[in-house]
Amino acid sequence: MIELIHTYWLYFLVGQFPDGPLGGLALTVLLAALALALALPVGLVLGLARVSALRAIRWPVSALVHVVRGIPLLMVIFWAYFFLPSVTGHKTEQFSTMLIALVVFDGVYLAEIVRAGIRGVPRGQFEAARALGLGYGRAMRRVVLPQALRSMLPSLVNQFVATIKETSLGYIIGLTEVSFIAAQINTQVFTHATQVYLLLGLTYFILCFGLSRLAVLAERRLGRRVPPRSVRSPGSPTPTATPTA
Amino acid sequence: MPHFDSALLLRGQYHDWLLTGLHLSLALWATAFVFALPLAIIVALLRLAPSRALRALGTCYVEGIRNVPLLAHLLFWYFGAPELLPDSLKEWLYAGNFEFVAGAIALTLYTAAYMAEDIRSGMRAIPAVQFEAGRALGFGFLGTTRRVVLPQALRVTVPPLISQTLNLWKDTSIATVIGVAEMMYQAARVESASFRSAEAFAFVTAAYLTVSLLITAVAAWVHHRWPVRTL
Repeated sequence: MIELIHTYWLYFLVGQFPDGPLGGLALTVLLAALALALALPVGLVLGLARVSALRAIRWPVSALVHVVRGIPLLMVIFWAYFFLPSVTGHKTEQFSTMLIALVVFDGVYLAEIVRAGIRGVPRGQFEAARALGLGYGRAMRRVVLPQALRSMLPSLVNQFVATIKETSLGYIIGLTEVSFIAAQINTQVFTHATQVYLLLGLTYFILCFGLSRLAVLAERRLGRRVPPRSVRSPGSPTPTATPTA
Repeated sequence: MPHFDSALLLRGQYHDWLLTGLHLSLALWATAFVFALPLAIIVALLRLAPSRALRALGTCYVEGIRNVPLLAHLLFWYFGAPELLPDSLKEWLYAGNFEFVAGAIALTLYTAAYMAEDIRSGMRAIPAVQFEAGRALGFGFLGTTRRVVLPQALRVTVPPLISQTLNLWKDTSIATVIGVAEMMYQAARVESASFRSAEAFAFVTAAYLTVSLLITAVAAWVHHRWPVRTL
């Protein structure tokens, strides 16, 4: 196994870079980060539409969310892979295909996280903001969303872990991310399939487990300053507050 | 874009391919579910066991499986694991329907890790005094779990378990990477044989969506019929 790592570690990490396109683990992380960054605004808009008071906005977006959540990510990738070229007119390469599929898919899942975050803020907060004369947009932006986003932070880190795992599907459309590179190494070495795929699993594990620990840490830190869940009598201590270490 | 030829989906060879795919997807789903549920209960019990070593074993299983994508699991079970077996056994495996078996193993282990966490949190939602009362009445650990805690925990656990079943249904699509001839595989096959991607993908999307919506409907019905009781 040591020999395997010694020969292929660079290929595994960055693919053919710098002599060729970037690949391997670097591409996996880049794709996941880019997908999540682009999916965030999409998720925010869709999430706001899901809690909108207007049916004309809420219903079509709810339908979209239900459809995308009802089909596998692979289906979304296939649609993107075969239909983006007919829309844009030229052949799209694997990276942008995968990126677009991930942004659509994650956007919809993030919309549900945003929606739950907004629902988690007590309604009185929004009503108080409106009573103070703020419009709908400003009440959302200045009062509700800042509180909602705080409670969403752990879910966002978990979503990043999920996105990293989702990028492995790029293998199917021939994107040279880390799973694809592992399969390439496997065909070159040929006799050490068990070790190659164990190493692949171990790599994902270190990356994803490390990140999920980060989510737990974020949750703990947020636990100290929980936004008020309900109206309490003034002066009563926050029951959920833990003593600072 | 050429016109949408729905006749292609209603009869003929491509229709048969897609239906065979749907059939195999459902078979893979059912097989993985039947094995995953008991395994998940065992893992959940390990996670709550009185012995520290058993708890660590359960944690290793859950974290080790959940932090690796399903695709890597599938590749490992199909290409990696048989490498450990003697050559004659390996040839026999690959000559048979091994891709289905490997797919089912990977899906079972993967889903069981998620289900175990749902069952565990369901059991933790039951107040500890219930367990203590069971023990005080003379039941053992397993007896108390089976007769007192599990019956109550299942009510809390069923809704998240149904949602895991939905995830499992969608995850069966990934088995296409190791050549399991399920629905996604057949869609790609129809696509490359006829260049009728729109028709093939529309069929498969509708099939995935129908089963998903049925599962969601079952979840809603269960939630209505057996609402979670809070003590």
